[in-house]
Amino acid sequence: MAITLTELWAILGCGAVTLLSRALPFAFVKQMRMPGWLLDFLTFVPITIMTALACESLFVGHTGHLATLNVTNCLAAIPATIAGILTKSLLMVVVVGIMAMAVIRYFTLGN
Amino acid sequence: MSPSLTFRSGVQDVLPTVFGYIGVGLAFGIVAHTSHLSLLVVAGLSFLVYAGSAQFIITSMLLLHDPLSGIFLSTFLVNSRMILMSTSLAQYFRHESLGKNLFIGALVTDETFALAMSKQNLTHGRLSFAWQAAANLVAYLVWGLATLAGAWLGGLIADPARFGFDFALTAMFIGLVYLQLIGDRKLGLPLQLQVMAFVALAYYLLLSIMSQNFALLMATIAGCLFGMELRKWQSH
Repeated sequence: MAITLTELWAILGCGAVTLLSRALPFAFVKQMRMPGWLLDFLTFVPITIMTALACESLFVGHTGHLATLNVTNCLAAIPATIAGILTKSLLMVVVVGIMAMAVIRYFTLGN
Repeated sequence: MSPSLTFRSGVQDVLPTVFGYIGVGLAFGIVAHTSHLSLLVVAGLSFLVYAGSAQFIITSMLLLHDPLSGIFLSTFLVNSRMILMSTSLAQYFRHESLGKNLFIGALVTDETFALAMSKQNLTHGRLSFAWQAAANLVAYLVWGLATLAGAWLGGLIADPARFGFDFALTAMFIGLVYLQLIGDRKLGLPLQLQVMAFVALAYYLLLSIMSQNFALLMATIAGCLFGMELRKWQSH
């Protein structure tokens, strides 16, 4: 149970930075009237951010070169997506995705 | 998911995302353990910083003895997408007190934001403080406990990736994108599909010239601007 001074400052500083990024927008939105263009912009935030977050695990970046596909993740994404289309249930997507990945890993264990 | 907005349904709705938190949380704990961080530091990171990807980055920067200013800046950049998510989510809580707004804001994550956006598609654009607080608190506690369990078990635990748990988070975002796609009647399916294709392409191209986190932020902002223009152009 040890903590160095650097670790303590890193935790407190990063905690403050993260808290402000999360909570300040709530204070601003509550106090101020948002301009129309900003509201228009924000309607696209859910679909764009979720797409980008999903892409984050499907592509592998290489600085200076074009990204490549993360093949195992892309393969496991197929049954997971089908489960979503069939059941419309988040839990089923997650469970089928984990099972698919376990199966893929089992067969590629030597690699 | 039902349209109910009680505290209880918040707890129920957040449960599928818990798998993702446990998988990644255990992984973080194990990484922290192998980087010689104590349980106290892991607890501090998980309960005071509470930001998945930032915690991995802070851990590796501490190990490399990077300066504190660099660690703060990296954390800000990695988490800058939270400004976008919080500004979006805050629209639903304007009628609540400032204290309640700050409480919701303090615990927003990628996952609870995405969950809230799927939820409001079922409730005609309404969310409640009780529902959001429940989802946020369950996510917060599960994350903290999973990372501590990972750090505590350390080397004992088998690689969670072997059992596919590392894919839980990806699967969850796939599920959430799909629910958003079919649920958002304001934007509609064709427009959203075009925006998705644009974001995927932008992310793919940006990834060759910048880091993952920066590409994510840039692709998101570019996707929103593209969507705004496309909607304007298609409505003529």
